[in-house]
This record gives sequence, C-alpha cells and structure tokens, in this order.
Amino acid sequence: MEIAARPQVSALRRVVSRVGRTLTTPLLPDDYFEMLSSRWATRELRAEVIAVRRETPDTTTIVLRPAAAWPGHAAGQYLRLGVHIDGIRHWRAYTITSDDAHPDGLLSVTVKRVDGGRVSPWIATSCRPGDTVYLGEAEGTFVVPDPAPERILMLTAGSGITPIWSLLRSLSRADGVRDVVHVHCCRDEEDFIFAADLLAAGEHHDGYRLLPHYRSERERLTPADLDGLVPDWAERTTFLSGPSAMIDAFAAHWTEYGDRSLLHLERFQPVIGGDATTTPGSGGTIRFRMTEFEAESDGRTSILEAGEATGHALPHGCRMGVCHTCKCTLVSGRVRDLRTGEVLGDPGELIRTCVTAPEGPVELDEGHVVMRGTNARSIR
Amino acid sequence: MSPRPVSTDKQGTTADPNHPLHKLTPEQLEELGREFQAIHDEVYADLGERDAEYIRGLIRFHRRLAAVSRIALLGSGSTIGLVAGTAGLSVAKILENMEIGHNVLHGQWDWMNDPKIHSSTWEWDSASPSSSWKHSHNYVHHTYTNVIGKDKDVGYEIMRVDERQPWKPAYLGQPIYNLLLAALFEWGVAFHDLDLEAMRNGEKPMTQVKEELRGIVRKAMRQVVKDYIAFPLLSGRNWRRTLAANATANVVRNVWAYAIIFCGHFPDQAYTFTEEEAADESMGAWYVRQLIGAANIEGGDTFHLMSGNLSFQVEHHLFPDMPSSRYKEIAPRVKDICDRYELPYNTGPFLKQFGSVQRSLLRLAFPGGFQKRKPGPYVAPEPPASATETNPLRRAFPQVV
Ligand SMILES: Cc1cc2nc3c(=O)[nH]c(=O)nc-3n(C[C@H](O)[C@H](O)[C@H](O)COP(=O)(O)OP(=O)(O)OC[C@H]3O[C@@H](n4cnc5c(N)ncnc54)[C@H](O)[C@@H]3O)c2cc1C
Ligand code: FES
Repeated sequence: MEIAARPQVSALRRVVSRVGRTLTTPLLPDDYFEMLSSRWATRELRAEVIAVRRETPDTTTIVLRPAAAWPGHAAGQYLRLGVHIDGIRHWRAYTITSDDAHPDGLLSVTVKRVDGGRVSPWIATSCRPGDTVYLGEAEGTFVVPDPAPERILMLTAGSGITPIWSLLRSLSRADGVRDVVHVHCCRDEEDFIFAADLLAAGEHHDGYRLLPHYRSERERLTPADLDGLVPDWAERTTFLSGPSAMIDAFAAHWTEYGDRSLLHLERFQPVIGGDATTTPGSGGTIRFRMTEFEAESDGRTSILEAGEATGHALPHGCRMGVCHTCKCTLVSGRVRDLRTGEVLGDPGELIRTCVTAPEGPVELDEGHVVMRGTNARSIR
Repeated sequence: MSPRPVSTDKQGTTADPNHPLHKLTPEQLEELGREFQAIHDEVYADLGERDAEYIRGLIRFHRRLAAVSRIALLGSGSTIGLVAGTAGLSVAKILENMEIGHNVLHGQWDWMNDPKIHSSTWEWDSASPSSSWKHSHNYVHHTYTNVIGKDKDVGYEIMRVDERQPWKPAYLGQPIYNLLLAALFEWGVAFHDLDLEAMRNGEKPMTQVKEELRGIVRKAMRQVVKDYIAFPLLSGRNWRRTLAANATANVVRNVWAYAIIFCGHFPDQAYTFTEEEAADESMGAWYVRQLIGAANIEGGDTFHLMSGNLSFQVEHHLFPDMPSSRYKEIAPRVKDICDRYELPYNTGPFLKQFGSVQRSLLRLAFPGGFQKRKPGPYVAPEPPASATETNPLRRAFPQVV
C-alpha cells in the first residue's frame, strides 16, 4: 500500500514516542497527539496547500507548505502527491516545479487537467488553500548530469514542460544556460505553461533560444522536422518530456539516427520494459504466504500479473512502478526489476510486484488476505 | 459445482434433498452467486466520504474514550474514578477489538487507501498479533467456514461444538474449558492462531511456528506491561485498584467477544459441513455455505455497534471485506434473496442464540449428541395490514389505536 514519506523528527520526539509507546501500545503516542494538532504527526509527511494558481485554462499550480522540514530534492525530480477525494486517498506523481532551494521551504507542483481523470480535475477545480495533502519522497533521475553539458536541446510538449522548467532554473543558477535550444509544443500561446517567463527569457537571454511550436498554426512536430529546426540536434544532450506517443517517436529516432546515450527522457506514463533493454531473468515460483497460494513467472511476467493469473485480486494502482500500491514484503528469495534488469531484494524488504519478477523461488507476505475473483479492490 | 453427493453420512445431511446446500440446481446457484456479487459491487461502488467519516469518527471516539478512562483510573482511589474508568475502558476495548480492529483487519476499510486504517498495518489491542490472526481467521476460517476438519474455528481444536466431531474423553472437561475460554478469550485466540495442528501435520514449517511464537510473545509482553505494570505503577498507591480495573476491562471484553462470536456460528440454526460437501464448490455454493453457516443476533443500533456488527454475522460471512456499517443496509436484500431461493436466514435474539450454544456445549461434552434443529427457509413477513390501512377506526383516529 502506498504511503507518504516519513517526516524528519527531533531526537527528543523520537524518545518520547518510544517511551510513551509502553502506555499506548498497540498505538503510538502520535495517534493520540495528532488528534490535538496535525503538526504532531510523525509518521506521514503532510503538507498544507497555501496557494492555488491558474497557469493556463487547464493547468494549475498548487503551492504547499510541508508540515515538517522538506528533505530536499534535485531539480527535475518528482514527488508522489496523495490527496483525499470522496473518502479515498489517491496518489499521483508530479514534477516539483518550485525552486529546489526555496528560501521558505515551500514546494509546488503544476498539474494539467486530464479529462476523465480522477486527481488532476480535482486539483483544477476542488483543491483549496487550507487543504491537507500527503507527500512522498522525491524520486526520479531526470536531472542535469554533472558536469552540465555545453550544448543542450530541450524537447517538450504540454505539461511535459514541468521538469524542463525546473532544470532550466537550476541550470541558469549555475550559469549553465549557455547554448540551450528549447522546442516546446502546445496548442497556442494561451495553452503554453510558464509562457510569460519563458518567452521573456527567450527574448532576453542569449544562451536560451525558444522555438514554440503551436499546433493551432502548424502540423504536429515529428522527428523529421528536427533537421530543419535544430540542425545539430544529434550532437546535443537532449532532454525530452511529453506524451507517450511523442516520446516513443523521438526515442526511436535517436536510436536510429542519433546517439541514444545523449537522450534523457521523462515519461509521465512509463511503460515497463519500454526503454531499458533488459534480459529476462530465470523466473520462478512465487508463494504468497498469507493467503497460501502459489504462482509461476517465466521471468518476463511481473509478480503482480503472475498472481492475478491465478485468479487472485492483488492490490495495485499504476502497474508501472510509480504508485507503490502493489508492495509486498519479501520473505525469502530475490527478484529482478523488469525496468532495469537489476536483481535485488533482501528479506523484509518491500518490493513493487508490478515491476519485478521472481529470480528463483520467492516467498512474499502480501500483508492481508487477497480476495479471489471479482472482489477486486483496485485503488486508483 | 460437484455432482450431487450420494448418501455417505449416517446423519443423513448430505443425502437430504432439502438441505439448503443441495437443493438448488447449478443454474440457480450461478444466478444466486451473481445476485450476491451484485450487492457487493453496488456497495463498493458507493463507498465514499460518508463511510470514511464513520470509521474515522469512531476511531477518534475510541481514542478519546480510552484516554479519558485511563486518566480516570489514575485516580482510581475515588470510587467514581474507579467505576467510570473501568466501564469506559471496557467499552473502549470492546469497540477497539470488534467494530474497529476486527473489521479493519478484514480489509473492510482498505479501499480508503489510508495507511493508518489498513489491514496490512493495523495492530489491535489483543494478545494475538494481527498477522497470525489474519491468516487463521481471515483466510482459514473465512474460506473454509464451518467445514469440519478444515475450519479450525469449529471448536477451536479444543471443544466439540458439532455432533459430527468424534468424541474424545478430553471433551468431558468442556464445560470448564468453556468458562476459561470466555474469560481468557484473547489468549485463546492468540494460541489458536499458532495452529499447532498444522505444524503437527507438517503443513507449517517449524521455522514459521518459531517466528510466530516470537511475535506472540513480543506482542503479549507489550500488552501485559501496559495493562498490568505501567498503568498500575503510574497510579501510585492506587496501583492495586488500577490493576484490578484493567484486568476487569480485559475480562469484560473477552467474555463479550466470546459471546458474540460463539453466537455467530454455534447456535442450532447454523450448519456445519463435511469436507466432501465443500469440495469443488461453485461461487454460488460458496455463498450458500457462508449464508447458512452463520447466524445473526437481533438487537438495536448500540448492540450492533458493540458487537462490531458481528450481530450481522450472516452478512459478514457473505461479504467479509465490506465495511461493517453497511451490513444493516444490505440485510433486507439478503433476506429477499433467501425468500426467493427458499434458503434459511439464521437469526434470533441474543439470549436464545446464546442459550442454544451453551446447551450444545454441555451436551456435546459427552459422547453422541443430537442433530441440531434447523429452521426452514426464510419467509418474508406479509406486509402489515396497517400499510394499506383497512381498519376504519385506525384511519380515523391513527393516534388512538
Ligand atoms: C514521473 C511523473 C511525473 C509527472 N509529472 C507531472 C506534472 O508535472 N504535471 C502533470 O500534470 N502531470 C504529471 N504526471 C502525470 C500525473 O501523475 C497523472 O498521471 C495525471 O495528472 C493524470 O492523473 P488523473 O488522476 O487526473 O488521471 P487518471 O485517473 O489517472 O487517468 C484517467 C485517464 O487518463 C489517462 N492518463 C493518465 N495520465 C495521463 C497523461 N499524463 N496524459 C494523458 N492521459 C493520461 C489514463 O490512461 C486514463 O485513461 C507525471 C507522471 C509521472 C509518472
Ligand atoms: S507501483 Fe503502482 S502498481 Fe506497482
């Protein structure tokens, strides 16, 4: 099940908690204290929404004040945001768009409404200052490499601009915006997130050349357009962030005509095995200890899918390694991460069943009894 | 669905064409399964803020009551502090174990996706660690409900609650075990969860037993330190009274939980099954077995709350992962299904259910036994005459008659 990050608490509070537990077991002193004030919560990092700002007609930035000190992040990283909608807590990943060195320790995320979605429309219309949200850890490897590359190409579309915005700010702070070409695709200027700042930077900053590509005026951007727009694209370190179809098309282009190692990309809807060329592992038998059933994986099939194939409704959310809903405790054995090919797992570790396959026999503690058949509980 | 069994049992239940488990055709069973599933799905689709507020509010109420009662007991020197504290703590412990703990551990609130009110993280105020209990209760008992030899809650491996369990001389002590189990229920449950029989049969490796035993000891230590050492110490010279109050609250909770749970499965009305009766059953037959293997207790809203809504044991067994606060709402629909498929709907007042359980426990301590009387199919009551109002007097002077 998906949980928030642990807030950093003082040593004194930890001692109080440990001693006080003698009296409150099986609960923690916290469980009583937090009824007095939510700032006393020490188990899950919460934040208060302090401002809601409209960026474009369908994009909203929310500014958050974490209840405990934010441990910090690198520009370009994302966090998981947990919100309560109609009694249910939903988690989604959002790029952190605030300054990674914000003087007041505030955070922000910028969310584009996905029609028919659950969380993004809620943020667009129902989220208000004063609301409480939950924060996961900062995650992600879409960050500026060290040392910063000389020549950079940014390729973005729609809300995919959010990590690029953070990268640009961090680069410019280190005087790293020396030769950046930024191609951004969206419907028109009104639909351009962070347009005012970026258009101004495009005009006044020598090292930053902005090439907006408006769908209202031109055909959708294709990899073939690159030669005309940015003739030296293949030599540039490129950061690509946008919808899946765009990423797929451009990544294929880089593999064929460019240098794939110069391309960094961020998917908002990642696919398992999509980017990494991993060799499948040995597979094995998975024993689910609490509900006493076994499943088989050939090494390509995730534990989640293998378990579901036996008719059990295992908990899951995103099915792509982002949300942590599918976590089970590893009792014994090792698993292979289907995204990276890495073999990992120590007894007692929580593993994401949607992106791992057994490497030899494994035993898992699923934490609670899983129902069979259609009594599925999927939380998304 | 397994083919209709031939008579193998001298008690005759398996061959009885009127036995609720065998009277429906495979097609009827399939339809019945669909109907029950539809109730589950409708409720699940409707879960939301109202339900979340209910459990959050109840958890807050329990914590406040527990805190206030513990504080009152620090002043247990005064009679008021002692009586109010003991009563408050007893109620708090009952709520915590039954309407909150049992139901959270069943995953009834997992849909909220709140890690603090979730079956995989919850720990309850009971000697039994939640992880062992989830296996023995949620999985074993709720899957093999009332199947003799498989459901280890049929007699908890120490009692004979069904005439088809073979008699052993050890059962002569049953009336005593019964009293002890009632008073020490949480300890009985903790020990039962270890499932030593599974270990003897080689179904469970020794390493797992050791691990679980360590878990129980750790958990039990914490419980004992809290109730019998730490709080008495804090009460200073009133330590004896606080100790007695805490022990009383635990026993009150134990006896209450025992009573509710025994009324849920062992009254005469509830059916038990042989392994072959339950073998290869269809989804529909699974629902029938859950339906007739449990029995409800009639009562008011406070009674239902204090019983953790296990007074709706029938609904609970049909839908173990449905929030308990919804059982009362769906009960009429379950009854309606019983009416249409001519299946029993087991229910009765507390004293009647409890009496029939105790009578069986006494009788079955001795060899032999009696076949428990089963109710016929549930028949929905005729709509009351007042609904159409044929009585002219009543129509004219409704407040008088
Ligand atoms: C690493 C990472 C970073 C992200 N950063 C941002 C960000 O900075 N800003 C931002 O707005 N979003 C970002 N997202 C996407 C975000 O997590 C959600 O997926 C998005 O807000 C939709 O959620 P929802 O609850 O509204 O829709 P859901 O209820 O999850 O989905 C509803 C429907 O929309 C489809 N859908 C889901 N996501 C998208 C999408 N991104 N585009 C098109 N269709 C989609 C689903 O397949 C589904 O059919 C990021 C995602 C990842 C993995
Ligand atoms: S991480 Fe989302 S389902 Fe596995």
